[in-house]
Amino acid sequence: MTHQIVQALTSEDLPKIAEAERAAAEDFDHTLRVCVAAGCLSQHSDQIVQGLEHQIHESGLKRCRVKGVGCMGLCSAGPLVSVRPDGMLYQNVTPEDTSDIVKSLDSEPVQRLACSTDRPFFTQQTKVVLENSGEIDPERLEDYLAVGGYQQLSHVLTDLVPTQVVDQISRSGLRGRGGAGYPTGLKWGTVAKAGGPQKYVICNADEGDPGAFMDRSVLESDPHRVLEGMAIAAYAVGASEGYIYIRAEYPLAIKRLQTAIRQAERAKLLGSSILGTAFNLHIHIRLGAGAFVCGEETALIASIEGKRGQPRPRPPFPAASGLWHAPTLINNVETYANIAPIIANGPEWFAGIGTERSKGTKVFALAGKIVNTGLIEVPMGTSLRTIINDIGEGIPDGHLFKAVQTGGPSGGCIPAAHLDTSVDYESLTSLGSIMGSGGMIVMDEYSCMVDVARYFMEFCMSESCGKCVPCRVGTAEMYELLSRIVQGRASDEDMTLLQELCETVKYTSLCGLGQSAPNPVLSTIKYFENEYRAHIADHVCPAGQCQFEAVAQEVQL
Amino acid sequence: MTVSERVKTLVIDGRDVSARESSTVLEAAQEEGIFIPTMCRLEGLSNVGACRLCLVEVKGSNKLLPACVTRIEEGMEITTHSERLDRYRRTLLEFMFAEGNHICSVCVANGHCELQSMAQKLGMDHVRVPYVSPRRKVDASHHRFTLDPNRCILCTRCVRVCDEVEGAHTWDIMGRGITSHIISDLNEPWGEATSCTSCGKCVQVCPTGALIEKGNSVAESVKHPGFLPYLKRARGQHE
Amino acid sequence: MKQSAPVLTAEEKRRRMITATMRKNGFTPDALIETLHTAQSAAGYLDDVSLRFVANELHIPLSKVYGVATFYHAFTLKPEGKHRCIVCQGTACYIKGSQALLNAVTKTHNITPGETTEDGEISLLTARCLGACSMAPAAIMDENVVGHLTPEHALEVLGGWKKS
Repeated sequence: MTHQIVQALTSEDLPKIAEAERAAAEDFDHTLRVCVAAGCLSQHSDQIVQGLEHQIHESGLKRCRVKGVGCMGLCSAGPLVSVRPDGMLYQNVTPEDTSDIVKSLDSEPVQRLACSTDRPFFTQQTKVVLENSGEIDPERLEDYLAVGGYQQLSHVLTDLVPTQVVDQISRSGLRGRGGAGYPTGLKWGTVAKAGGPQKYVICNADEGDPGAFMDRSVLESDPHRVLEGMAIAAYAVGASEGYIYIRAEYPLAIKRLQTAIRQAERAKLLGSSILGTAFNLHIHIRLGAGAFVCGEETALIASIEGKRGQPRPRPPFPAASGLWHAPTLINNVETYANIAPIIANGPEWFAGIGTERSKGTKVFALAGKIVNTGLIEVPMGTSLRTIINDIGEGIPDGHLFKAVQTGGPSGGCIPAAHLDTSVDYESLTSLGSIMGSGGMIVMDEYSCMVDVARYFMEFCMSESCGKCVPCRVGTAEMYELLSRIVQGRASDEDMTLLQELCETVKYTSLCGLGQSAPNPVLSTIKYFENEYRAHIADHVCPAGQCQFEAVAQEVQL
Repeated sequence: MTVSERVKTLVIDGRDVSARESSTVLEAAQEEGIFIPTMCRLEGLSNVGACRLCLVEVKGSNKLLPACVTRIEEGMEITTHSERLDRYRRTLLEFMFAEGNHICSVCVANGHCELQSMAQKLGMDHVRVPYVSPRRKVDASHHRFTLDPNRCILCTRCVRVCDEVEGAHTWDIMGRGITSHIISDLNEPWGEATSCTSCGKCVQVCPTGALIEKGNSVAESVKHPGFLPYLKRARGQHE
Repeated sequence: MKQSAPVLTAEEKRRRMITATMRKNGFTPDALIETLHTAQSAAGYLDDVSLRFVANELHIPLSKVYGVATFYHAFTLKPEGKHRCIVCQGTACYIKGSQALLNAVTKTHNITPGETTEDGEISLLTARCLGACSMAPAAIMDENVVGHLTPEHALEVLGGWKKS
């Protein structure tokens, strides 16, 4: 189990190792999987691992092992421990519970810790990107190989030419999962056709949307998957150098990536002469330094170049002139995580999931006022109602659903009237929101929608790079107007001005940050205008959140 | 700009225009005598497309494009002025005025200020947006020049001229967003910035009264940025 | 007789760490952000001496280095306190009451986000999102991510730091 691969692998080795790992698993009657992704880890799941190992040693059980795995999705029930092949899932486990769990292994399960898996959260998801998360040890290359890892890279290098790879991705209908939803195959094709002595592939792991943690989770739970996707992409577009731009706030993901890259290089799955072919790809990690705007492609490139993270006018697009003016492919973590399965199962399989124009699945980070918070993956086209009421199991404490926010600070709020909306790129955009990277924040009747708009505007204002006038000043102006409304000192003229500034900033800003900063305002005005009016005219906050008494008294005097 | 460059044709404000293929929309328009407002652009410096005043409408796209950095394409149909564009431009100017502390009546650049002139030209005569009223200190430590950041609109011409033409890169911007401001060296008083050569180029290219020569009183600061294209040609540089 | 290795001053040790990062990245100007990360973790903050050193070694103008150091919120030019309390300002945490946490700390210890207490013990900071959304509201107390944080518990931890 602790056998480490240190020699260069060839294509023939991969299925053999996978088979050997699967056979080795037969040696164990019980495998206790403990989530060691950031969420559960911060609740001492590492001590649970140690505790279980200690208890197993003490009890003398020979055919029993403990495995640290990635995120199992139901973060609100963490720390989670899954027992296989028994099929038990234990929730809210503490280090003190380890002896009970071990004792239960050949007898009755520990009922007080039992987490039912016979519920929509577990039965109504479709795991593609997350298929290995919570199953494999993210720090062990062999675990990834055991589930067929790197066999798609091998197949691509041995059996396909780059144009065939681009073609498969195009036919799959995969669209960029970072938020913009640009057709991935089209992007790959553009970079592939570009000329020049050097090309780059970049993985955008700057996941800056507050409330989104999909990319973090994938990188902590299944890093090799992303590396394999990048390698296939690099082959398809003709790149030999790769960068993963990851925010410094994700130390565990960074560590797991560094380990994975080292392991892959040692096994010749990355680096020079990959799997004995002429294909080279060296992947480097670049740390972000606390700037949301660096999630924007050209700002990200500026950051890798050691500069202030300020976007550049596009065109030219990175596909033509990107990192150090070379043709550059930039894709999101989740996009890369879809590549190997598409190659494995074929583009028709992927295109068979989802809707007409939004193919495949999407990972969402469900958070806020909802019973089940955590990570889910559903086919595109699933309704919001299914996600929130069935998978998420509704609003806690008997409160009522008010709105769900998608797309982070670039997105909008969707009210109850539209719960039956299909979650796909076009439907969400037509409602005034966007798909975004996958953050989904649920709000109840005690959330003030004007305050939510103000919160997002404050975010945009402080994350604005400052290069262009409309975003730099406009976000500060809109924030001031929203603050006046929330504090009960706004007039109707302020409201009119706010709406006009929204239009100006939306259409004149240089990059997506400024262009979409007005979205939360516009969407909350669209569906919750009465709340704005109540704040302005009546000094009342319908959600009961904003404090006006002091101002109201001043006004009366 | 080579002799053998192809010429392309496009339509600007309903007029057929031809221009070299490496031209920007702004250059093509200017050659035809069509006015597009600009602020951060200065001939002789790189273009950054930051002030957004030069945004124009393009047929077939719902996006507005910055004329100063957009290359012309065969058959493009550009509109440089419309009710909508004029409205946005006035709001952008309002943003510039509201961001700093611009008091024309006591300013050395009164009457010779590009911000003031542009406001007059585009019909912006009052500011509706809340004034930010930042607290910004004047830096008069240099023996020949003064920096008054209250009048700075962050056009970055000073940063670019010092970097691209003089080569000293004394100026840059610190912070980000609404807290951005111009600094010299390690945010030191200008007079102590060892990289500064006192050439005064930054003063000449500054569109407002932010960077000025000492010894000027109200309305006396006149700038002469015309040396720039000449200097670039003389130094054998291409834009 | 074998000579023992020279004892390096703290300053020299820091320079070595910074130089190692610059060397690893080829001493190119592109290495600036990686280098600043190392300089900051070596000294706890970026002081003028480090900035000048980096500018000199990487051949980058001083104002450019300063501009980059102040653009990114991960970098700080002021020394931080012995203990750090980083309150998450992500959407989920905001909805679940992170503002109350900040208010409690501000009221009790008289510091706003970005400031350090007079005695240099505690720095209060905010982060845009720690990615611990299902445990909202969350904060990083020194090295540990703490979820489901209440103002009372937060003040308890801070009080403990003050005492020790």
